[in-house]
Amino acid sequence: MSSLAVAPSAASPGPSGVPASERPPKNRIRRDWRGWMFVGPFVVFFFIAFIAPLIYAIILSFFQPQMVWGVSQGEQFVGFANYVKLFQDPNFWSGLVRVSLFLLIQVPIMLGISTFLALAIDSGRLYGASFFRVSVFLPYAIPAVVATLMWGFLYGNQYGIMASVNEAFGTSVNLFSARLVLVSIGNIVTWEFIGYNMLIFYSALKTIPVSLYEAARIDGANEWQVVRAIKLPAIRGALMVALIFSIIGSFQLFNEPNVLQQMSGNTITTYYTPNFYAFHLAFEANNPNYSAALAIVMGLVTVAIAYVVQLRGSKGMG
Amino acid sequence: MSNVTLRPALTRPASAETATKRKNPLSRKSLILTIVTAIFAIYALMPLVWLLINATKTQHDYVSTFGFAFGHSFALFDNIADTFAYRDGIFARWFLNTIMYVVIGAGGATLLAILGGYGLAKFRFPGRKAVMAVIMGAIAVPSTALTVPLFLLFSKIGITNTPLAVILPCLVTPFGFYLMWVFADQAVPTELLEAARVDGCREFGIFFRISLPLLAPGIVTVALFAIVATWNNYFLPLIMLTSEKWKPLTTGLNDIKLQTYSPAGGQEPLQNVILTGSLLTIIPLVIAFLILQRYWQAGLAAGSVKE
Repeated sequence: MSSLAVAPSAASPGPSGVPASERPPKNRIRRDWRGWMFVGPFVVFFFIAFIAPLIYAIILSFFQPQMVWGVSQGEQFVGFANYVKLFQDPNFWSGLVRVSLFLLIQVPIMLGISTFLALAIDSGRLYGASFFRVSVFLPYAIPAVVATLMWGFLYGNQYGIMASVNEAFGTSVNLFSARLVLVSIGNIVTWEFIGYNMLIFYSALKTIPVSLYEAARIDGANEWQVVRAIKLPAIRGALMVALIFSIIGSFQLFNEPNVLQQMSGNTITTYYTPNFYAFHLAFEANNPNYSAALAIVMGLVTVAIAYVVQLRGSKGMG
Repeated sequence: MSNVTLRPALTRPASAETATKRKNPLSRKSLILTIVTAIFAIYALMPLVWLLINATKTQHDYVSTFGFAFGHSFALFDNIADTFAYRDGIFARWFLNTIMYVVIGAGGATLLAILGGYGLAKFRFPGRKAVMAVIMGAIAVPSTALTVPLFLLFSKIGITNTPLAVILPCLVTPFGFYLMWVFADQAVPTELLEAARVDGCREFGIFFRISLPLLAPGIVTVALFAIVATWNNYFLPLIMLTSEKWKPLTTGLNDIKLQTYSPAGGQEPLQNVILTGSLLTIIPLVIAFLILQRYWQAGLAAGSVKE
């Protein structure tokens, strides 16, 4: 099984994902300014849409509008006051705990199902495998707004499918209740991304050299042993990528609760997730400085966790 | 170390099924495994089937008949007419806006990623290491975390509520840039470029006539990622745009729901317009997916094969 080292592992967008030619300086590529003709345009827009707002938000987060008897007195430098306030803000913690809970429960379920589906479709034991591959992947094409509207209607207690279910079983389950609405959101997100993750894993499985399976067969390995010794290690890298994207998605949760908010009555609060709260602070509470501090903290938290996951993941890789 | 596998994975996207058969000629089909997988396929397709059925119903049939059964009358074409008639045809405007955002935003993003990725892979220039480090770091920064700061900046310079506010952020995809870099590094032989330079070709001439055709599979992947992201974009237009006339389909659809639905009054939303509008919103992308799905898989393999 030493040839396992050849099994490509994915890709992490990170320090390790540098093309091979970076290591030995390949050939003699002349070093001059011509490269900027190609890279320049991207860098200009990257600065406008990425670096500039980041810097502006950092600056904003250190200021606070001064009001004297309701009259604006301009902005005043307040140092880390916005950040101190944020860490004492129960609304912020409530949102952070909620998305962490979401991450711990929804992400493993989703990735587990995706892994199962990728292995099943790759196994060659399904009738109509390509039909399953396409149909499971299809929800990825659906915008979050449409996905949430559809599921929201299905959840509906008056005319939705849930109404029919409740009628049939004599129950009165309300999927919009404070207790269940996070589960309802989790179901929508799972539905949207099972197929996408499945396809990433499936693509990784497809890069396993056929000779590896032949060797395993000669060794008399059964199907489970092939899955455990060849297939699961091969998708390990892809799993790390999917995990990082899922972590980002969970911490930045916004679209689904935003669309669902009105349909669900008042169980989705203005601080339901950190992003929701940032949106509320900037547009409804009219406190862009505080909102900027929140956006910066959430960005840092997400990057830090993604980085730790990537480090731990690559440490375990052969 | 595993870059060798990149090219084959890209050049034979359609051979997936044959490879499966070849590697295990003794494998028998399993009915149980098929049934379990079918349950997930039904889960994936169920809401879409529901949408298709209910877009054909009148408001009355919607509230009085079972969700997965057709109504008494087939009202799909009336519903489509209603959708386009809603508030003086604003839906058509939103549709065109979405297409504009996709063409300019996703098209521009793809173009910038191709040029940038190619430039980074095939040239050594001053500041190259810095560009590399900053953009690699940017991949892990979620775009939604930047949306509120972007709004604050754009409102400062006065371009919120214009198409520019939606297009500018769409133009920058660090992930697409990364994919093109990796791809160009593999797909375009440096020797070929050197030979063309010796023959006296100009850099842009080399790029268009030699490199671009070699980059085609990677371009399809990056373009598809960008198109889906732009077509489905919601948070950015929601924040940037207040004027109806610049909205894309996604925020527009949510507006119809907001305007016609008041839970307090116990009133149901204007379901036929919302559902038919949703159906019309997803049809172009679903068709594109069904046609292009094999390229997706190939492109994803390229993205995941890197080490």
